[in-house]
Amino acid sequence: MGITLPILILALPFAMFLILGLGGVKMSRKLAGVLGILANGCLLVMSYIVAFTYFFSGDSEFILDGVRQQVQLYDVTWLAFTERLVVNIGFILDPISAMMLIVITTISFMVHLYSWGYMEHEPGFQRYYAFLALFTFSMLGLVVATNIFQMYIFWELVGVSSYLLIGFFYKLPSAVSASKKAFIVTRFADLGMLIGILVLSYYTPTFNFLELTHNPGAVMASTGGATFMGASVLTWAMVLIFTGGMGKSAMMPLHIWLPDAMEGPTPVSALIHAATMVVAGVYLVARMFPLYLEVEASLLFITCVGAITAFYAAVVACCQIDIKRILAFSTISQIAFMMVSLGVARPELHDGMGYMASMFHLFTHAMFKALLFLGAGALIHAVHSNNYTSMGGLRKYMPITHWTFLIGCLAIAGIWPFSGFFSKDEMLAAMYANNALWGVWMTMVAGLTAFYMFRMYFLVFWWEENPHYKEHKPHDAPWQMSVPLIILAAVSCVAGFIPFGEFVTWNRLPYHIHIDWVGVAIPSLVIAACAIALAAWLYMKKNTKPAAMKNAFPVLWQAANRRFYWDEIYMFVTHKIIFNGICRGIAWFDRHVIDGTMDGLASMTQFFSLKIRGMQSGSVQTYVIWYFIGAVLLAAITWICLL
Amino acid sequence: MDLSILWYLVPAVVMFCAGVYGFVTRKNMIALLISLELILNAADLNFVVFNRFLFPGSMEGMVFTLFAIAIAAAETAVAIAIIINIYRAVGNTDINSVKQMKY
Repeated sequence: MGITLPILILALPFAMFLILGLGGVKMSRKLAGVLGILANGCLLVMSYIVAFTYFFSGDSEFILDGVRQQVQLYDVTWLAFTERLVVNIGFILDPISAMMLIVITTISFMVHLYSWGYMEHEPGFQRYYAFLALFTFSMLGLVVATNIFQMYIFWELVGVSSYLLIGFFYKLPSAVSASKKAFIVTRFADLGMLIGILVLSYYTPTFNFLELTHNPGAVMASTGGATFMGASVLTWAMVLIFTGGMGKSAMMPLHIWLPDAMEGPTPVSALIHAATMVVAGVYLVARMFPLYLEVEASLLFITCVGAITAFYAAVVACCQIDIKRILAFSTISQIAFMMVSLGVARPELHDGMGYMASMFHLFTHAMFKALLFLGAGALIHAVHSNNYTSMGGLRKYMPITHWTFLIGCLAIAGIWPFSGFFSKDEMLAAMYANNALWGVWMTMVAGLTAFYMFRMYFLVFWWEENPHYKEHKPHDAPWQMSVPLIILAAVSCVAGFIPFGEFVTWNRLPYHIHIDWVGVAIPSLVIAACAIALAAWLYMKKNTKPAAMKNAFPVLWQAANRRFYWDEIYMFVTHKIIFNGICRGIAWFDRHVIDGTMDGLASMTQFFSLKIRGMQSGSVQTYVIWYFIGAVLLAAITWICLL
Repeated sequence: MDLSILWYLVPAVVMFCAGVYGFVTRKNMIALLISLELILNAADLNFVVFNRFLFPGSMEGMVFTLFAIAIAAAETAVAIAIIINIYRAVGNTDINSVKQMKY
């Protein structure tokens, strides 16, 4: 394969960002929208060509003796600071990056198309498309990065585009504060990642992923057994790098930004905060997986963080009212699922199946979660509210949205034959293989997932018709919005049958997926079915059972509804402890010592100039007298000196 | 009779001091200008005299004096123009009536 297509894949969205961003104000909405969609369509085709060539051409460049190769299509030196610190920009093609190319461009194209209908009447339509292009560019650059530093650069760029898109409705104070929160929290996490990168690069002379991962033992050896606070420096480096992933992927305790990020336009939530950007953390761990394997402790850390987050987010999702927040927490929970699956993967356990399952779930989750978000967007478009209390009984009014949303819910709940069943089943099998504790724990989370998704489904589409429908009849969305829903629903129906193990595994050898019906699949199916039945029993028809349940455990309900007070804890820590304890002292120092020095200098100058300014009297003759006295004095001094 | 250098320098000093005295004490701007010319001519005289007595073979002092006279003429024209404008603006030529240019 030449390098034209890979270069174009990065250049095209960036060019679109520049064109739409600089020339957007001069364009009509229609032109900007069509241009954005067409460019993204081209991008989709190019990425598919690259990915399909990689997977199916059988070229010895890409697959050698059954092993899929990791190819750097290009890798040019971009910045050479010192001999050791060299930053390259390149394009890596391997199973996970090719898979991500497909995911990103597919979802991005769907969202571009969908936004044409959804954002039609919003001011700043052209700017919106420019930001979408910027995001697509950054995300593609992130997944094809050949080295950690390139990944870090694009990692920050996706953070910026996320910030810009969350704050798209910049006149709403809530959107502005949500965008700031997202940026600051993820940036704070990225600080850890940067430290991790620097620690790693201090010991190894390269940033390149291939050189790092092909010989993880050498990396370990190059640290020379150095330790810090009882753990090897490699462990520290890997855990710190994972911190960046925790921020981006909204793992506890850095998850607080994601629910608020729902202030952005709904298609943006679908693209960035459900399908692509938030899985960057998972992708990061997968990219450096051989290094993580080298330090077992970091994998255990990932597993624990993931397991706690998955459970926490699932519980909170059961008690939310805003449907986008429910989806946000379900996203957190599902990403945590992928994290756990990566964390439990070991080469000796079913050939590292957890890795494959995690990537498989990343793929299927991107499709069905984008579907759910776009469906939620259609609902919000119809009733002009985010809360399920303004919905109910919508299945008759919005059949397309209803059926596609149901498919999405079934997929995420893990019902055969929808895509989520297959990937979740593989993940659970990997967890049971590692330790039954993780298996049981995550099966419980999967049950909760089915419950809260169907709670939302029934409350939105069944329950009781909202009386407002008489004044304002909800209806299905226009074709630009329905078509992506139908396509994604179709993908969610069939994606599970993709023999994913043939394409993506940790050692890039084919792995034959087989479903462990008795041990894993049947029990999880039964649990999911029970959870759905429970949800149906509680929420299908309007009744008093949910209210009674809420009143039975008021404290628990309140706590879960307020997301277990994490935001309040953060507010307390930042405002009360950090602001009062540290910032006040710094502010005092700044105001009194630094400013005081400068102010003192200025007022001293002013004081003296006030004293001597009377000498400039405006009287020419006075000047002459002074001048004459000066001249005589100078002459006298000269004369004395010459004597 | 052979005149010594003092016969030239003493009048020059007298002219210079008269100029300075006049510049400091007079109030009329035209008088100030005349005092200034006196100071300048005293300096010119010095140039010529020193050239004549110390470097009799060369002409630089003489030439320099000619230049200074020409420049002084031009400068006087400018000064007169300024004085006329001040007269139009304030109605007299008293140096104490133009003290605006200060702090």
